Amino acid sequence: MTPAICSASPATDSGEEAYPRMNSATVRNLLVRGMLAGLVAGLAALVVAYFLGEPRVDQAIAFEEAHAHEHGGEELFSRTLQSTAGLSTGVLVYGVAFGGIAALAYCFALGRIGRFGPRASALLLAVAGLVAVYVVPFLKYPANPPAVGDPDTLNQRTALFFLMIVLSVLLTVGTVILGKRLAPRLGNWNATLAAGAFFVLVVGLAYAFLPSFNEVPEHFPAALLWQYRLAALAVQVTLWTAFGLVFGLLAERQLAPKPAERSAGAGNRPTPVAH
Amino acid sequence: MAQTVAQPTTSSTAVPAKLPIGAIVPWAVFFGVLMLVLLYFVGAEQGATSLLSGEGVHEWVHDARHLLGFPCH
Repeated sequence: MTPAICSASPATDSGEEAYPRMNSATVRNLLVRGMLAGLVAGLAALVVAYFLGEPRVDQAIAFEEAHAHEHGGEELFSRTLQSTAGLSTGVLVYGVAFGGIAALAYCFALGRIGRFGPRASALLLAVAGLVAVYVVPFLKYPANPPAVGDPDTLNQRTALFFLMIVLSVLLTVGTVILGKRLAPRLGNWNATLAAGAFFVLVVGLAYAFLPSFNEVPEHFPAALLWQYRLAALAVQVTLWTAFGLVFGLLAERQLAPKPAERSAGAGNRPTPVAH
Repeated sequence: MAQTVAQPTTSSTAVPAKLPIGAIVPWAVFFGVLMLVLLYFVGAEQGATSLLSGEGVHEWVHDARHLLGFPCH
């Protein structure tokens, strides 16, 4: 219990009165809901991955086998298992993990990024997550189907891909902070434009100076590569959009007082309910 | 002043209170690391680096790794 925060918060702002006390339990509840929303988003992304992505993976594997110099020995799991249970494991764990991380980021962002309610904050965070975690790294190091990519450069490509994600996330956080700092001087519109220009400039510099890879084999179908990458992008757009919408709904229900409690306690003073 | 009491149902205009940083940090550190470990196993284990021997993890999440954009091989 922190009575100081408890007694101080209702008087600060009229808008805050609609929301109950915020503390460590709120963080826990939001984290659980974030992971749950991530699981739901993962299921939606899984549908896209299976129906849009898997046919292209199979085509790429067919190309690989037709052009392979030597065969890589016995496979551990069948293609059927890889494309169903294996794919599900990966996508769902990815969804839950990013759901949890996004929920923690949401705890920091809530009430600090501007005058946005719980749902709008969740959707904005999801869009920022999509751009920072996926789109910015993807434009430099796009997803590759089987048969594309030289095993000799795998270490370098993996390191650069993760570096790009870290850089992009840090830059996004920096951009939001910069925008907030500039807002009192330039106004919201111009501050957003200036921060956005800063973001694009730094991303452009990173693209220009980090090494690129062109490891598409000769005669690999260009249309297949394009469709594969679009499918990979669709998976992520689905994942983050579904997360933003589902988590926003759950977070709003969690943060706002329940309608039953409100109508029941309308006559007397609202008392903080311990969760 | 009186209007704010009269219309409490419009939650869209109300801005949520900030969560104290001190309440977030312990959760963020512990679960942040846990989530990153999960992502590592989906995205990179038995690829560029290996904590476990063999190819089991890599082969199992092979399709997810490709479709989620991680460098696979």
